[in-house]
Amino acid sequence: MATEHGSGEVPDLSTLVTAAQEGDRHAFDEIVRRTYVDTYTLAVRLTASEEDARDVVQEAYLRAWKGLRKFRGDAQFSTWMYRITANSAATLTSKRRRQRTVQIDDVADPIETEVALHPELATENVELMAELSAALDELPARLRTVVILKDVYGLSHEAIAEELGISVTAAKVRLHRGRKRMRDLLYEEAGRHADAV
Amino acid sequence: MPTQCDEIAVLLPEAVDAAEPVALPVRRHIESCLRCQAELARYRRMLRGLQMLRTQYFEPTPGLLAQTLASITAASERRAVTSTLTKRRIAYAGAVAGAVAAAGTTTAAVLVARARRRTLPV
Repeated sequence: MATEHGSGEVPDLSTLVTAAQEGDRHAFDEIVRRTYVDTYTLAVRLTASEEDARDVVQEAYLRAWKGLRKFRGDAQFSTWMYRITANSAATLTSKRRRQRTVQIDDVADPIETEVALHPELATENVELMAELSAALDELPARLRTVVILKDVYGLSHEAIAEELGISVTAAKVRLHRGRKRMRDLLYEEAGRHADAV
Repeated sequence: MPTQCDEIAVLLPEAVDAAEPVALPVRRHIESCLRCQAELARYRRMLRGLQMLRTQYFEPTPGLLAQTLASITAASERRAVTSTLTKRRIAYAGAVAGAVAAAGTTTAAVLVARARRRTLPV
């Protein structure tokens, strides 16, 4: 970043964003370096595919670079990036849906991604998160997307509706159905297994 | 489950959100019904777990960072070339328009001069 070279200080994200908005490519590259794991994680969750997630990440950063001047800073950069990622994933998913002539042999195996967890998480929480991830994977994509964006990443109904090209009411309905389905998957399935034993 | 509990159960996916207002009769029922309290607790646990998923990261496949940076560079270069071409096109169009305007003015001046000459009395 032109303004920080040689100073020895590590610029914070908002400083980098300001520099990148003024056309500093090095600053933008640094933003990508700092945020791409987070963006990739969201992309994997939304697409349930490592390959698609890679495409989504590249597309999302291209859109971010082109539209960076429009970022006003009234939201966090990470939130803005989540919205772009959600929009890129939605575009890719709808493109895939149009192209889909999937052969049984072509169906991808469930993803086995290496997961990094916060070291202080209790075992109980780790188990809960594993159950939740499995339940999320069971949801239809349109419900999963809304549950992830709202309940995991904390986006507003309005932001979700805008990025997915649906009404706020539709976003709320999908969230309601998604949460209900998740609850059924987590507790009714568990109940059935307990009864069977 | 009594009918009222069934009706409440439908509302719980929203009621679990702190931001969503819950009607007073619904709140009163939940406060007095152990089943609905247990059900709400399930939703709360689920929501808490979903929020914790934010602390979980997937390890990107090798090369993703390099590919992403390279694709931005390629897009920037394409944009720079397009921008240069557009500027040149505008300059050419301006030059052509200027030449056409000059030729038009000259032609008009010549025609006016000829017309004056014809109308002058001998």
